[in-house]
Amino acid sequence: MVRKKQEDVYQEFIKGLWRDNPVFVQVLGMCPMLAVTNSAVNALAMGGATFFVLVASSFLVSSLKSWIPKQVRISTYIIIIATFVTVTDFTLEALVPTIHKELGAFIPLIVANCMILGRQEAFASRNSVKLAVIDALGMASGFLFALFALGSVREILGEGALFGVPLFGPHFEPWVIMILPPGGFLTLGLLLLFFNWVKERKDRLAAQLAEGEAS
Amino acid sequence: MSTEDPRLLLQAAPLLKQQLTTRGAMLDVLLALLPATLAGLWFFGLSGLLVLTASILGSIMTEWFFTPEEARRQHLLDGSGFLTGLLLGLTLPPSLPLWMAFIGGAVSIGLGKLIWGGLGQNLFNPALVGRAFLLATFPNAMTTWSPAGGPADFFQLHASNLALPFMHVEYDGVSAATPLGLMKFEYQDTSLSNLLIGNISGCIGETSGLLLLLGGAYMLWRRVIDWRIPASILLSVAALTTVFYLVGPDRYPGPLFSILAGSLLIGAFYMATDPVSSPITPRGAWIFGIGIGLLVVLIRIFGGFPEGVMYAILLMNAATPLIDRYTQPRVFGRGGAGR
Amino acid sequence: MSNRPELTMKAPEPTSTRLVVTLGFAGLLSGLIIVSVYEATLPTITAYKAKVLKEAVFKVLPGVSSMRRLTYRDGRMIAATGEEEEEDLVFGGYAADGQLIGYAVPNAGPGFQDTIRLLYGYLPQERKVVGMEILQSRETPGLGDKIYKDAAFVANFDELSIDPEIITVKKGRKSAPNEVDAITGATISSKAVVQIINRGNQRWVPRFSGSETLPKPTPVGAQ
Repeated sequence: MVRKKQEDVYQEFIKGLWRDNPVFVQVLGMCPMLAVTNSAVNALAMGGATFFVLVASSFLVSSLKSWIPKQVRISTYIIIIATFVTVTDFTLEALVPTIHKELGAFIPLIVANCMILGRQEAFASRNSVKLAVIDALGMASGFLFALFALGSVREILGEGALFGVPLFGPHFEPWVIMILPPGGFLTLGLLLLFFNWVKERKDRLAAQLAEGEAS
Repeated sequence: MSTEDPRLLLQAAPLLKQQLTTRGAMLDVLLALLPATLAGLWFFGLSGLLVLTASILGSIMTEWFFTPEEARRQHLLDGSGFLTGLLLGLTLPPSLPLWMAFIGGAVSIGLGKLIWGGLGQNLFNPALVGRAFLLATFPNAMTTWSPAGGPADFFQLHASNLALPFMHVEYDGVSAATPLGLMKFEYQDTSLSNLLIGNISGCIGETSGLLLLLGGAYMLWRRVIDWRIPASILLSVAALTTVFYLVGPDRYPGPLFSILAGSLLIGAFYMATDPVSSPITPRGAWIFGIGIGLLVVLIRIFGGFPEGVMYAILLMNAATPLIDRYTQPRVFGRGGAGR
Repeated sequence: MSNRPELTMKAPEPTSTRLVVTLGFAGLLSGLIIVSVYEATLPTITAYKAKVLKEAVFKVLPGVSSMRRLTYRDGRMIAATGEEEEEDLVFGGYAADGQLIGYAVPNAGPGFQDTIRLLYGYLPQERKVVGMEILQSRETPGLGDKIYKDAAFVANFDELSIDPEIITVKKGRKSAPNEVDAITGATISSKAVVQIINRGNQRWVPRFSGSETLPKPTPVGAQ
């Protein structure tokens, strides 16, 4: 029984990171995904901000779920999310003004990230506090991972650097398109292609294995 | 059709007079491109040859890599990958690093064709997709032009051609603005005879107006392209630039210059006419061509770039399904649109 | 709601008062939190913004040791009261002895992609631009962004005569004191920068020379 419980926790965490990854599988939160991933640092900052908002909101929503009347639950969730977003916005502006300037309007727009509201409605409001936090941690890590994957690919090709550190020397020819908006769409599309390909291959292998075992 | 000169030929409709295969059509286009290609090699030498080779290799290798094994032979032999690579190469500047040309060819086929489902499924002209990608990705290299030379300098290779993959070398001092660039930024005219012959700077295959027209005429004669598309493009460009020219002859180029300079001819005859990405109805072809002509003139005169043929064709490619939908011929015997 | 039986069964229809109270309470709490965070972070944010502005002004006006917001009213330049619109402000730069050195003029205009905002330093006695700093731009990376990344282009504005007006020439052809070497491949961005400065001059230069007495720098070092 204890063992089963632990597996549950692990499953809830890992589903957000991989199986139900908010970006690569659910295709949620595309707006920040495309807009601010032109460098790894920006992607991490955006991912970190979203991480904080999602985990904190999930915790609060799950703790307060029996107090919130269902007729006004969406408005309450939005108030909770918006509070955390505003707090994050001011904190970032005070602590890391340069990154805050780069991210611009996209920090306030975390409120509109459907992934966050979706987790409150679909998970946090109907599960225990512990599971809600685990789920939020998994989803937020998955989102952070996806942002970082996109941001690092774009920065490496677009600037020849990662975290601002040049990787290829002074003669690298930057792929300008990668730091422009079309580069975001292209990279996201190619990453989706890659992840689907990996998944398909895995499924096919699993099917073949099952077949081999059956016969 | 295997019998030679049959006395009596019995067969069901459609009664085709000649075999129209993908391969045959591609061969005709290749043949039509031959003079302009040779001119490009004459003017831009070994550099031109290497850039063409790199972009063709990029196309063919991508086609090979992403095609299932059983279909490879057929897909590679229909020549469409080769043609895409060649068309792309002809619209690249001769001093482009070879690795960029290779990537352009790969993008043309990968993102321009295969990702849509292969030949016949793509919305945009693959070669232009590759070129648009290159222009957005390497704007510096894609707008560095070298002056046209002659056969004597055939082996004078540009140092920038041989840049290592992902690297660039400092561009050597010999750069030259294209006729359109000269016109737009320095109000400097280029003589029409040079534009016809092609000893000007520009993309490898776009400079010689006369030979492009020759190839176009060949394709029209063989009926591999729809004559309405180049006709409507050239006419609308001529009409619109005449208006501008009459308003301000010192600021705007004349109609002949506008038609001969830049990539309008190669675009109008070889790219806009791509049967996959252009409308199939005659009325649609006119709308398509006029749209391209208008966009070309607007981009050239009011836009930031000196040349706009590529974007004009891509934009009208995007409108093609819509045009086709609204220009369906009326079904005989019915009122209104036959749906 | 069919997938949420536990909620529909457990909760009887709550009264509207309860709904209002819940929302009101949530809003109140949220407001409290936001206001306190705002108050806590405001000094850091303002200080940073002031620092960035000060650095920019000091950069475009070499030799300046203090600055002040100025505006134009009734035919002369006077200290700003803080009620002016952003576009009616310039910055006066003063030397250590309180003598006015020059003005830092902010201005904005259309670039290749989006609005370019910049600040440039101007010396009224010599009628010269002595520095330019791009505050905000979205020019093409690798080409247009050279308006602030290319040190050679920025150096064009270190000593630039404004008479009769600043003009761009092709790279390497600068021959007169009022000419700027354009960036190869980014002619439009280069021209945009020059255009923005010229516009700023058209507006402000007559005002500078028209004001007979230069505003006295009291108090020195304020702001």
